Amino acid sequence: MPTTTSDTDSFLPPPSALTLPEKPLVTIEPKGWWVGVNLRDLWSYRELLYFLTWRDIKIRYKQTLLGGAWAILQPVFMMLIFTIFFGRLGGVKTGEFPYALFAFAGLVPWTFFANSVTVSGNSLVGSANLITKVYFPRLLLPAAAVAAGLVDFMLAFIVLVGLLFFYMVPPTWNLLMLPPLIALTVLFALSVGMWLSALNVKYRDVRFALPFMIQVWLFVSSVIVPSTGVPERFRWLLLLNPMSAIIEGFRSTLLGLRFDWTALSIAAVITLFALIGSAYSFKRMEKHFADII
Amino acid sequence: MLGQRGAAYSTLRDTLTTAVRSPLKALRSRQRQDEIIWALEDVSFAVQPGEVLGIIGRNGAGKSTLLKVLSRITEPTRGRIELYGRIGSLLEVGTGFHPELTGRENILLSGAILGMKRLEIKRRFDDIVAFAEVERFIDTPVKFYSSGMYMRLAFAVAAHLEPEILMVDEVLAVGDAVFQKKCLGKMGDVARAGRTVLFVSHNMTAVNQLCPRSLLLENGQVKVMGKTSEVMTQYLKGGAGKGGEWVWKDSRRAPGNHRIRLQAVRIISNGKITSDVDIDKDVSIEVDFWNYAAGIRNLGVNIYLQDGMGTTVLSTANTPNANSLEEDWFDQPHAPGLYRATCTLPGNFLNDAPYYITVYVITLGPLAIEVEAPQVLSFDVFDTGGMREAGGGGGWVGAVRVRLPWRTELLAPLEDLQPVEAGQA
Repeated sequence: MPTTTSDTDSFLPPPSALTLPEKPLVTIEPKGWWVGVNLRDLWSYRELLYFLTWRDIKIRYKQTLLGGAWAILQPVFMMLIFTIFFGRLGGVKTGEFPYALFAFAGLVPWTFFANSVTVSGNSLVGSANLITKVYFPRLLLPAAAVAAGLVDFMLAFIVLVGLLFFYMVPPTWNLLMLPPLIALTVLFALSVGMWLSALNVKYRDVRFALPFMIQVWLFVSSVIVPSTGVPERFRWLLLLNPMSAIIEGFRSTLLGLRFDWTALSIAAVITLFALIGSAYSFKRMEKHFADII
Repeated sequence: MLGQRGAAYSTLRDTLTTAVRSPLKALRSRQRQDEIIWALEDVSFAVQPGEVLGIIGRNGAGKSTLLKVLSRITEPTRGRIELYGRIGSLLEVGTGFHPELTGRENILLSGAILGMKRLEIKRRFDDIVAFAEVERFIDTPVKFYSSGMYMRLAFAVAAHLEPEILMVDEVLAVGDAVFQKKCLGKMGDVARAGRTVLFVSHNMTAVNQLCPRSLLLENGQVKVMGKTSEVMTQYLKGGAGKGGEWVWKDSRRAPGNHRIRLQAVRIISNGKITSDVDIDKDVSIEVDFWNYAAGIRNLGVNIYLQDGMGTTVLSTANTPNANSLEEDWFDQPHAPGLYRATCTLPGNFLNDAPYYITVYVITLGPLAIEVEAPQVLSFDVFDTGGMREAGGGGGWVGAVRVRLPWRTELLAPLEDLQPVEAGQA
């Protein structure tokens, strides 16, 4: 037992004139094996999500010569390279549409996904000074990284619209699928980025494996070759990769092609499970972040 | 124990029975029970609204862990904390600052990270800028700020937080004296506005000034809680100074890191370990430390001597430029092992007063603080000799009492001067 100094009851608080709520605002307790995502807590920190996103956008192209133009140049250069190597030299068949358009329609969502996963995967480690010094829902860091990527996506999308005009592709009702597809990409990028960011705290190997993983992923996401170009007996494997269905979905939306609803439904279900799974494992790892980061 | 409105003991209550495992140990899953170090154990206390509570304790006592658990940065292993209000924690100055952003942008960002709502920040924006005195540079990226400006702006944001509970960790150790005073004033205002402040500091003057009540942590437990003056006496006398020696039996709790760790600090005078020093005699301060790093060089042992008011009387080190002995130790590579650095203060140098020893072990090039042990030991200097009465009754004023060479002589006898005076008249 600790000893007290002068008054015997110095452990008992003196009566206070101020009234306080009946229930504590916050109760801090160790969490058991089951950890849920505290949505109310997340909601009360929504302004911080906005500020963190705003910060990521603000500093992303600081002290660069070309600034926001990089958001456009990245997919445009990729398109040029793909068009030369796969479109011309490789002779990839893309139906009635020129390869450049085919590639760019896939590269815009892909670049968003790849950058979001890379940036959010490193978001926690990059904000170690915040994590050890102040509380906020850690989920906001990878989420803000994905949200900030949306701005780049919008910029690249404007170029894509220009390209559609250039090739005189008429708009169709398929465009209605654009918002759900963007939402699906965001959620899938968030679930991958979130999980990797937490893993990165414990195993810095993630930082080195990530670029490699993204490169391999590009080749199996129907960005370069349409899923119809893949031999029939391997095509089911593409169904396991939501990015393949999402990117094909984007092309269908913009170019007025038929949707592969089976692939999209599977992608949506996988995304849902990925989101729940990664949120859960994020929360499991979260309590050790401040200690091991 | 739970809170109820209106009842006598029921207001703001962070009842806390907490224990947090040492972070590193917690990582290893298969550990024996006796290997676990509890950074905090059975810590339980309540703080009232409007109260400013000082939290003091030696390094490794668990102060920082307590703040981290309270501010939800790490999770307690067991126990419960109830917070009746929003909590804001200030564990460093400049949380969330980004060098590329302007002062204006950083106020918004840092404010949001520290838990302010957007409207709150907007409302207090001008106050923050005025407090930090950076009006002219508000749209300049903070990477171009001087370190003083940066600190002022960072503290200004933090000082304008309006949580019901504010936790502050030693942030006042930064900035010039004028600004420190301003910060202390601000903290007082926060308390007067009816908000609760938990203040962790080694700055005894600041704790004394700000906190009517304090809590002393020792080895992760509450040693004593009560009036600050009494807790402080316990802190300064209690842990340290007993017999003039402090030995860390459990090296894991000793101040230091994986390279250097303290083993013991002791005071030797008149041939024995003691905390009572005769003013005429030399005083040796021994610092025993483990060196775990093979071939480490440029290892500096620093001693700061403070008086009862917290003023540093002197600082000294075993570095060649500060060492009066010709010693060839400092820049040599050192094998792992137990080392002892001894510094001797001459007799008839300190005043008859209590003194507190703070030990740092540093490595140079680049500078790194390996060990920080504030007020680890204290000793009293006693005047037993003839100088006691000679001071004119009230003792000798000053932090030190040095016998200096004095010579007093007759310049000219009175008779010789008289003709001159007469001539002038």
